[in-house]
Amino acid sequence: MEERCGFRGLGRALEFGPLTQRLALPSLLVVSCLLSILVSSASHPEIRIVNAERRIDLTSSIVRAYLTLKVENIGSSDAVEVILAFSSTQGKSISLIKASVPEGKRKKKAYIPLVVKPTASSDTTDEPYLFSISLNNPLKPGLTTVLEVLLVQTHALTPFPAEIGQSETQLVYYHDSAFILSPYHILEQTTFIKTPSKRIESYSREEPTSIGAAEIKYGPYEDRVPYSVSPIIVHFENNNPFAVVEELTRIIEISHWGSVQVTEHYRLNHGGARHKGVFSRLEYQSRGPVSGGSSFRHLLVSLPPKVHSVYYRDAIGNISSSHLRGDQLKSELEIEPRYPLFGGWKASFVIGYKLPLHDFLFESPDGRRYLNFTFGCPMRETVVDHLTIKVVLPEGSKGPSVAVPFDVKQRIETTFSYLDVGGRPTVVLEKERVVPEHSVFFQVEYGFSPISMLAEPLMLVSAFFLVFVSWAVYLHADFSIRKS
Amino acid sequence: MAAKSEDGAKISGLPFALGSLKLKIKQQELLIRVSALCLVYLLAFSIRLFSVLRYESMIHEFDPYFNYRTTLFLTENGFYEFWNWFDYESWYPLGRIVGGTLYPGLMVTAAIIYWTLRFLRFSAHIREVCVLTAPFFAANTTIVAYFFGKEVWDSGAGLVFAALVAICPGYISRSVAGSYDNEGVAIFALLFTFFLFVKAVNTGSLAWSLGAAFGYFYMVSAWGGYVFIINLIPLYVLVLLVTGRYSMRLYVAYNCMYILGMLLAMQIRFVGFQHVQSGEHMAALGVFFLMQMFYFLDWVKYMLNDAKLFQSFLKITVTLAVGVGALALGVGTASGYISPWTGRFYSLLDPTYAKDHIPIIASVSEHQPTAWSSFMFDFHILLLLFPAGLYFCFKRLTDATIFIVMYGLTSMYFAGVMVRLILVAAPAMCMLGAIAISATVKNLASVARSRSKSQPTSSGKGASHTKASLKASLDQSLPFQQNVAHALLLGAFYLLTRYAIHCTWVTSEAYSSPSIVLAARGAGGSRVIFDDYREAYFWLRQNTPPDAKVMSWWDYGYQITAMGNRTVIVDNNTWNNTHIATVGRAMSSYEDEAYEIMQSLDVSYVLVVFGGVTGYSSDDINKFLWMVRIGGGVFPVIKEPDYLVNGEYRVDKGAAPKMLNCLMYKLCYFRFGEMITEYGKPPGYDRARGAVIGNRNVTLEHLEEAYTTSNWIVRIYKVKPPSNRR
Repeated sequence: MEERCGFRGLGRALEFGPLTQRLALPSLLVVSCLLSILVSSASHPEIRIVNAERRIDLTSSIVRAYLTLKVENIGSSDAVEVILAFSSTQGKSISLIKASVPEGKRKKKAYIPLVVKPTASSDTTDEPYLFSISLNNPLKPGLTTVLEVLLVQTHALTPFPAEIGQSETQLVYYHDSAFILSPYHILEQTTFIKTPSKRIESYSREEPTSIGAAEIKYGPYEDRVPYSVSPIIVHFENNNPFAVVEELTRIIEISHWGSVQVTEHYRLNHGGARHKGVFSRLEYQSRGPVSGGSSFRHLLVSLPPKVHSVYYRDAIGNISSSHLRGDQLKSELEIEPRYPLFGGWKASFVIGYKLPLHDFLFESPDGRRYLNFTFGCPMRETVVDHLTIKVVLPEGSKGPSVAVPFDVKQRIETTFSYLDVGGRPTVVLEKERVVPEHSVFFQVEYGFSPISMLAEPLMLVSAFFLVFVSWAVYLHADFSIRKS
Repeated sequence: MAAKSEDGAKISGLPFALGSLKLKIKQQELLIRVSALCLVYLLAFSIRLFSVLRYESMIHEFDPYFNYRTTLFLTENGFYEFWNWFDYESWYPLGRIVGGTLYPGLMVTAAIIYWTLRFLRFSAHIREVCVLTAPFFAANTTIVAYFFGKEVWDSGAGLVFAALVAICPGYISRSVAGSYDNEGVAIFALLFTFFLFVKAVNTGSLAWSLGAAFGYFYMVSAWGGYVFIINLIPLYVLVLLVTGRYSMRLYVAYNCMYILGMLLAMQIRFVGFQHVQSGEHMAALGVFFLMQMFYFLDWVKYMLNDAKLFQSFLKITVTLAVGVGALALGVGTASGYISPWTGRFYSLLDPTYAKDHIPIIASVSEHQPTAWSSFMFDFHILLLLFPAGLYFCFKRLTDATIFIVMYGLTSMYFAGVMVRLILVAAPAMCMLGAIAISATVKNLASVARSRSKSQPTSSGKGASHTKASLKASLDQSLPFQQNVAHALLLGAFYLLTRYAIHCTWVTSEAYSSPSIVLAARGAGGSRVIFDDYREAYFWLRQNTPPDAKVMSWWDYGYQITAMGNRTVIVDNNTWNNTHIATVGRAMSSYEDEAYEIMQSLDVSYVLVVFGGVTGYSSDDINKFLWMVRIGGGVFPVIKEPDYLVNGEYRVDKGAAPKMLNCLMYKLCYFRFGEMITEYGKPPGYDRARGAVIGNRNVTLEHLEEAYTTSNWIVRIYKVKPPSNRR
């Protein structure tokens, strides 16, 4: 079996290798030319990296890279920031960069988060993307510090072949450089690439390179000059669900009568290798795990505890295949789209649920209210290409303001719902490329006076009152033309 | 007017009544009547919600999906766009002028309800509005029923009528929540028009007659069944003329209603000038002229004052009029100005007509002649009360009761001809039943209460009391009279209870399933849901190119366009028989012949419904003979005997060779031969037919399986491009 796989892998590598190299080479040449220019213009000679370790996790559809950098200040002045560089292709797929400094020893080790900002760079496409990490304590000359960086990338795995049949497995490419791209001199570096299974079709070599069980080790490499690049390609099997939500709109509606209504509109896509040709139900039913290995049926949605009135439907009605499990700490909703999703197949649906208000809405001492809610997508290991969160505040609330721990587009609009006259102020937050790491709390603060809660009941009461009064008036008055 | 003054009395009397905590008899009666009517209203609405509770708030069956789609279009694009809508998504490549080929009443009604709710800031979804339109109108029907009953008989009969019609299964079958079809509002419109017309005949008032004209307009805009009104009313007028009940009231009522109703009806594009051009509407025109002649003769008679002269004048005029009328009709028909009767109309007059001439009408199950069991199922005790009601009506003949008798008898005939017309007969049955019940119970109650004569201490009951006692003293001679009356009252009570139980049971068991979602009992008594239709349609909607053309049998056309949002070749609006026959021909040809037809129609996907795995019997294999018949009706290449063996339709080894190799068979049974459906049976055992299929190695050359739903109920195949372009 292994032999056959190896043979097939070899065949593919032979067949497609030149093509990919042809594609990759020119762009890399351009990159390296530009890099050499950059080195002269924006070099940072006062810092060097003593030791760098990079672990790239390719087990799911989201690529996560953990970098541990040991940074030394060899200049004469204090260093306040450290620059990270990513190639242009990588830069486009970056969803999130987190940096932190470990402090304390062993058991008391704690990670202090640092601020990461993209540095202003020109918009030309082939320049590397630069991000600066601001250090909390400036690094004195001659001292070293350790930085932990998490890099999350979406759409970084390219399925190859791009179209597969029902019973074929899904193979993907991962492109990177064997050396860590950096504006600094790196004394020693190692890169580990972890793949979901042992089945690796092919991988580029840059000696020393070694392969273990579901892991490829590049390095250690010593003494690499700034912006050294050695492109590598890893071609491996990844049958994990490539669930991509192309568009997600979450509408969070606050009612001061005691509930938060959440409605989530999903447009889901299987972002892996496209399905080609026949879909045979017989094969799918009788040889489930083998046939249709790259497809997925179930999705797990994590919801807050005490969730109720959950529904799961789409444009043509209720989808009757979902299970809700819950305990005191969390609720889990297992949903199943109407059909199994193969590569390129789409499904759009709506999930809605209600939550108790007092778990999410708090009142500050000065009378302002604030909502504390989770950002991001509640679905596990899912990429959201475009996320819109609409927080619909009750009618009559004033001066909303938002606190989100990362950059989002914001705007205010007005929505109309039941019995609204002036409309409800709505805070709209938009973000591209959202990953599970974005599921942190954000706050919306607004002013609200409880009197406005009575507006709608009073309106209804007076409307009914008017109806009865006019009926009474009609019965007592004589509208006939003739005198009776 | 009477009701108004009573209400006034009630309101003004209320403070006094509150003071003494005692209502007057009249007020008590009003209170009971109003609350009973309110309860009936609620009952009529809520009994129709079984399907929403059992399943979900969804649109049912086939036609409602088209109505829903058009309503959606109307609310999104406005009325003018709707009126001028040319639909490219159906009848490819012909298309359909939707605005000119539908009755817009239902969609406009739902859209107006929706817009009103939006205006009042109720953020209802259009689907909810559509789902609840039919129950809402059914509830409104009960109010009309009450006033109609009151007009024809008395308020007691009105109440009973309202209660009976609220839960009559014959009516419920077409008006449960989600059954968003024309009939849902049309029965309301029908009854409303009849009520206003009878009121107009009774009062001779121009206002009521005008109301009837507008009621008729609403009916025309809602349902093709308006032809029943435009033929029944002239027939009724004719009967009144013959029985010597001609009056000025009738003259005013009929003429105003006919002329205005006709002009208004012409505004509906689908109806157009049919009122003056189609044979089905000529009766009304003839009666209109007859009426004028009658009036003219009446006037001449009055002016002449000479019997002999008048007799000769009458002869000349009648001969002339009949001659001119016949000539006009003859010339009109010969020149093609007046269109002959349509096939549907013929099949109403002659139930065997469709079977021999129009297979497409005969293939629909709801167009079959009604079986006795379904009469019993839909009417229950009303079937017994119907003759009794007729008896009471004949006993008290008025213009109004004659109308009810006419309505009852004609609709009863139509209900016998076509299953779906049970719906039209339902109000008449309820009305006659209500008259029977009301009259009987009233008589029995007065007999039973006659003992109170000997107990003058009971509160004075005014006129009714003396009447009752009079009657009682008259019938004094019969022994055990009161006991018998009590027993009969109990019997009536028992019957009505059985009726209510039966109606609820029928509604819950038979008429509340959406037919899109199939439910079955699982092994442990649990409910198993087969949601395959929506699975397939949603798959089409999401995973096929937006301009894909789907070929299927016409039954699924509306659903594919509404739920799958894809273009179809034929749909449930069976206006083009040739086109349907082409699809039927493709389905019953060999694969390569079918491929040519599909290429010429630009078909990219073929959808078939197959019940062999689940045992779902109304699938395409069971409908297949109709495809053959309809296809063969236009293309003589297709011959029904080729698919039968000794006149027997079978799918197993003994099946006809053409059957085993036609496209439909191949698409349904592709790879089915490897499937084990039932324990202990060989692979390829068809559970719907109970046989092992005859061709277990089906191979496809020009098509490939694109999707099959989880229970194999819907199978979709992709048509491959020609072999030199793959």
